[in-house]
Amino acid sequence: MANKSVWSDNRFWQRSATWVTGFASILLIWLTLDTSAQISMGNDEDLKNGVQKRVPGPTVINYKITYEMDAKRGHEVPVIGEKEKFFGRDDYSEEEAGALLHLGKLGEQAKNCMDCHTILGNGAYYAPDLTKAWIDPAWGPEGAMQALTGKNTKEEAMAEFLQHPDQYPTHARMMPDLGITAKEAKGLVAFLKHMSSIDTNGFPRNFGKMQGAVNGK
Amino acid sequence: MANNHLTSESKQLATWYFTFAAILFGAQLLFGLVAAIQYVMPGFLYGLLDFSIARILHINALVVWMVFAMFGSVYWLLPDETGIETVGIKIGKLIYWVFVAAIVVVVLVFLFIQVGPADDTTIWFITEGREYIEAPRWADWGIVVVALTFVANLFLTGMKGNRSGIVTVLMADMIAFAGLYLAGMFFTDNISVDQYWWWWVIHLWVEATWEVFVGAIAAYGLITMIGAHRKVVEMWLWIEVAMLFGSGILGMGHHYFWIGTPEYWWEIGALFSALEPLPLVAMFVHVLYDWGKTQGAEAEKGNTRSVIKNKPAFTWFVLNAFGNFLGAGVWGFFHTLPQVNLYTHGTQFTSAHGHLAFFGAYATILVGMMYIAVQGTNGIKVLKNTKASIWAVSMISGGVMGMTVALTIAGYVQVLVSRAQMGATWAAYFDGQSGAWFTQAMDWRLIMGTITFLGFILLAKDLLTTGKNPVHER
Repeated sequence: MANKSVWSDNRFWQRSATWVTGFASILLIWLTLDTSAQISMGNDEDLKNGVQKRVPGPTVINYKITYEMDAKRGHEVPVIGEKEKFFGRDDYSEEEAGALLHLGKLGEQAKNCMDCHTILGNGAYYAPDLTKAWIDPAWGPEGAMQALTGKNTKEEAMAEFLQHPDQYPTHARMMPDLGITAKEAKGLVAFLKHMSSIDTNGFPRNFGKMQGAVNGK
Repeated sequence: MANNHLTSESKQLATWYFTFAAILFGAQLLFGLVAAIQYVMPGFLYGLLDFSIARILHINALVVWMVFAMFGSVYWLLPDETGIETVGIKIGKLIYWVFVAAIVVVVLVFLFIQVGPADDTTIWFITEGREYIEAPRWADWGIVVVALTFVANLFLTGMKGNRSGIVTVLMADMIAFAGLYLAGMFFTDNISVDQYWWWWVIHLWVEATWEVFVGAIAAYGLITMIGAHRKVVEMWLWIEVAMLFGSGILGMGHHYFWIGTPEYWWEIGALFSALEPLPLVAMFVHVLYDWGKTQGAEAEKGNTRSVIKNKPAFTWFVLNAFGNFLGAGVWGFFHTLPQVNLYTHGTQFTSAHGHLAFFGAYATILVGMMYIAVQGTNGIKVLKNTKASIWAVSMISGGVMGMTVALTIAGYVQVLVSRAQMGATWAAYFDGQSGAWFTQAMDWRLIMGTITFLGFILLAKDLLTTGKNPVHER
């Protein structure tokens, strides 16, 4: 071609594409390093010392978790408060809590939870979002689920429901029996409790409040 | 496709890939219908083929048929672009059967075993339970082997033969496409880390590497179907690559608003994902511009004949140019800003966008490639539209658009009732789901889905029979 203008030169655009792609990729990798450090899981020491982590350690199941408006950040954040019994104990060691969370996360994948529910807002839209399921009023003392399942605590009600969801229909759209064992159910509830403690930048917004649950108390 | 006009083994392999892709496309629509029926009648197949399983099959068949059709498209265009037979085509053919066998096993396990106990064996042999990439770990490794063979075929052929701009783009794009799959092949207890890397596969596929692939295929289509000028087409392609990767790679930030990742992703995600529609506008303009330019040049010579050598394929390509912009661009932009996404994230809004974007950006152009293969296989000079091809494209695109509108309305109800008003709890969710606007939208989604499926049957019939139709110029 006689035209010498750089704007109609294929090599110029090829080089531009390469540079733009390379620059965007390097920026993404750099941001990934920063984000990875920020979302790595905390540990028991952090929890004992009140060090806030975006993703707390598994022993967060020993504590009460609420979801409060943070005036400075302008949205709700999880608040990890006083000790709270989880299946009758509040002294799970790092190993015990870690093993429960591991079992729960495996269960979340093995039962295809994400193909009906959303988790951190991702997944299917056939069933409720589970991000803050642990602090959902439906499972609290004022909610229907403890009475329905005949249990006295949130975690026992959740575990019972997970094992026999078809016996406790709350809607025409019922969760099917996925063969979840008592042990797996305990792991899944630990997974849900842990997830509710993750700092999700205020998602979901204006979440329903469980009566009496304020400032981690 | 017996007694055909194909002399190239690469093109023959392409037709195998297209055939299996079309079968999986049908399976995708069928399981989508099951899931759509379950929204309207929750008891349908309850305990037998639950929503989760229908949906796994719906979305995995979608991803896999598109990957098959993409591989097929590359095997089809390689001999044309490089001027030689694909290097290592015998291994390519062998690996095709490995791929098909693996997919069949995975589908049968999804259908009949469905879930497993919470242990590593389930992750390795039944399901990984991560949306879109549920395939168990053994199949992941199988896919890696298949993808490596495919990439080797492409690279060896590109290096030996004439490496056009289109082939160069495809080489860079396909190695990234294959490599990114590795980001989804590990297990972690940390759900935030899990989803962070999961998006590296999902987002960097559908909003980066797949879009660049579409750009390359559109370039090839314009050259083959209307005789567009290669230099102009390839220059546009490079500009599109710069725009797509420039916006799409960091546009990933729009998935990092609410999964535990830091706040700075709000700004990065908002800025770059808001730019993502721009290359899609460019691609649309490009297709129409080249068409008008080529036709205009003919008109100046006093030639009134259409320059389009494959009417049905070109119809699907133009639909792609517009559908990509509308489905991925407009419907994506609707909910990409964090202020909006806080309320729309995890609602049927996403589903509406997903339906129109996958269809507009990918299904359309891949069906177009199938028509190009029908033309080549039967040695046809000008492939014309038939009644079936026109009805098929109208019913499928009308059906998908109808589903998208229905799901958008359903999403709107969810945003207002379940999110803004009631705060996203269990009770809020079901209040939103039982509203009249929501349930009626789901009825319409089912009706429109049925129309889409009927359109697919016509499409399959046309793809199988149009090659022998005497109306075409040979």
